[in-house]
Amino acid sequence: MSTIGYENWAVDLASVGAVYPFQGSEILLTILGVAFWIGWHRIQFVRESAHLEEAQKVGNKEKIKEMLEMY
Amino acid sequence: MEGNLNALTTIFTEFYYWVTVVFMFLIHVGFCMYEVGASRRRNHMHTLMKNIMIIPLVTVTFFFFGWWIYWAFPDFPFFGGLNHEMGNANLPWSETMGTNLQDRITGVFWAAFLLFSWTAASIVSGSVIERIRSSALWVHAVLIGSVFWIIDAAWGWHYAGWMVKYLGYHDAYASGVIHAIAGGYALGVIAVLGPRIGKFAADGTPRDIPPHNPWMLTIGIFLIYTGFWGFYAACNVPIISPESIGGQITGTTWTATNIYLAPTSLSAITFNFLMSLSGGLMAAYVVSKGDAFWTFSGGLAGIITASAGNDLYHPIQAMLIAAVGVVIVYKLHFWVERRFKIDDAVGAVAVHGYAGFVGLVISGFVLWGAPSSPFEGYAAINPIGQFLGAVIMFFGLGFLPGWLVAKAQNAAGALRVPEEIELQGLDYAEHHAYEDAKAEIIEADKAHLTAQ
Repeated sequence: MSTIGYENWAVDLASVGAVYPFQGSEILLTILGVAFWIGWHRIQFVRESAHLEEAQKVGNKEKIKEMLEMY
Repeated sequence: MEGNLNALTTIFTEFYYWVTVVFMFLIHVGFCMYEVGASRRRNHMHTLMKNIMIIPLVTVTFFFFGWWIYWAFPDFPFFGGLNHEMGNANLPWSETMGTNLQDRITGVFWAAFLLFSWTAASIVSGSVIERIRSSALWVHAVLIGSVFWIIDAAWGWHYAGWMVKYLGYHDAYASGVIHAIAGGYALGVIAVLGPRIGKFAADGTPRDIPPHNPWMLTIGIFLIYTGFWGFYAACNVPIISPESIGGQITGTTWTATNIYLAPTSLSAITFNFLMSLSGGLMAAYVVSKGDAFWTFSGGLAGIITASAGNDLYHPIQAMLIAAVGVVIVYKLHFWVERRFKIDDAVGAVAVHGYAGFVGLVISGFVLWGAPSSPFEGYAAINPIGQFLGAVIMFFGLGFLPGWLVAKAQNAAGALRVPEEIELQGLDYAEHHAYEDAKAEIIEADKAHLTAQ
């Protein structure tokens, strides 16, 4: 049993099309992929918001003045 | 692949696109260097990260839906609806969107378009440096890279696109379909985002914010030129038989074609690429009175202006059109900056957006009556079609969506970083562990020196 549908290459290549593993699961793979992408944006947005909130408190006048010197 | 000639042609085409894509990667390297060179030191990591993350985000979304849009949308929505047959073969779950020995072209052709998508997103990225939230930019990157630019490609950069058929729209090397739309989109975003602190004096006079590192900026733009040359090749079909173009071209002579399947050659577009680069550089040098950065950018703006017709122009026409475009673009940039208080940090709206718009309009007059495509019944190139095309690209698919999405983000407080953070630099805000570690080690070294 091969995940790609072929167990050896002694075949007529003219009849060979897709050779990736688990053919038939493409829609499920797409759903997982989209969830990964959307989930990434969510995690990034939440983390960035927390960072910025924290950084606003850190940014006292002295620190800002110091950073302004660094062009 | 039946027969050795077909096999050879297919494998040559596969290799050809693969090479162009690798060259085009240099555009993104160039954008990264340019943006980091242009930004101030306290924003480098943020600038770099903002541009690097465009790569994965636009890639995965272009796989999920961008590529499908290109094939399904050429007639959508007014001229026959979605093309499900072509679209279905390019859905993420299609068998040809994976390792498939019957199809050696989809992957490399997909990648060539994808690299255009990165470019569209990167053009926007340059305009907004030093004040946008990363999360906001990355949403824009997905929208311009995997939705709006690829809709305009389906309409105006597909052999069966409705703008090509009915308007005679001709844009062989993407004056409009990459540059005008991305420039328009960037303008929409920065109109809402606002200028960097200090960009305008109290009386509204704009201040120059010079680049942190002129060398990086220079090498960056040269890498963009190099990648752009590869991009020109990627816009062609390298070799095709007349039968494959529906017998529209008579005889038996095989040819290279532009994206519309109309004959051209790599030699022709190489002449025109280099002559338009030269025209742009020379005009920019004169109009900017020798300003280095505007001169370099003028080379790029020159190519972009001539790109719409660079499959057909004579090299000297390409040079002159580039030069005229650059003068218009330069003047327009400073007029818009003063009039509307727009802070375009790298001049991307001008170099890409205005140059693309102007290039489309000029080509409508210079190529008036020429066939845009080999297919029978298609409208010929004409000034009205090109002008309408420019408006659709810059305003319809570029400025308007960018402005609307930025407005929504701004209303939700998710567009711009807080003022204190902008002043102290985005690197400290988002990467303060790195900055703190640096500060600590500098202090430790100083203490060590003092103790000796």
